[in-house]
Amino acid sequence: MKFLEEKLVALDIPAETPEAAIKAAGDLLVASDLVESGYVEAMVESYRENGPYFVLAPQIALPHARPEDGVKEASVAFVRLKDPVVFGSAANDPVSLVFALGASTSDEHLVVMKELVMLLNNPEKVERLKNINSYEELKIVLGRN
Amino acid sequence: MKILCVCGLGQGTSLILRMNVEQALGEKGIMADVEHIDLSSATSMSADYIITSNELAESLQDHPAKVIIVNNYFDMDEINAAIENNIPA
Repeated sequence: MKFLEEKLVALDIPAETPEAAIKAAGDLLVASDLVESGYVEAMVESYRENGPYFVLAPQIALPHARPEDGVKEASVAFVRLKDPVVFGSAANDPVSLVFALGASTSDEHLVVMKELVMLLNNPEKVERLKNINSYEELKIVLGRN
Repeated sequence: MKILCVCGLGQGTSLILRMNVEQALGEKGIMADVEHIDLSSATSMSADYIITSNELAESLQDHPAKVIIVNNYFDMDEINAAIENNIPA
């Protein structure tokens, strides 16, 4: 599993649309060979089909698709958007923190999801995600140094 | 008691919701069978309660289960309140 490693994090990425924001985060998974490029297309397709239900807290989106859409390894990438983007979520728009999930059928999927819940259940850590300036600072938030 | 946590694909979002719902139920001492599942499977599955987002609740209006909406999946206060207001301990 790969959870928010250095190559899976990008800060202040410009995106004009939800599709571009999803793609920016998904492409980090592709670049690290954790998902096939078709998986990113499937994430965008899922948004178009099912709507923005994956915007699951204020400012936080968790785009993903199905394991069979091309996941090689359980993984999470993080993009912080330069400017917030409206996804159409009545409760939680606009989005600035995008976590692309490589959803796997392996046991590691559960481990990855627990890591993510531990991070995002903590309002103080979420606030810090909005203000970090480097991956080094993210490591401190994750308690990884 | 059976509770379904529902999202579009049944992979990520609903699993997060299930983790936090199970934690809330555990703290209240409520015994329940909690599953996470995708929207289309949920429509044909029996349950006592369905917990999901505002967006997907509309598609589940015809389901016999009581539908409970949670807007912030990481806000334990909201999840606790949603359970207290809808599920008898």
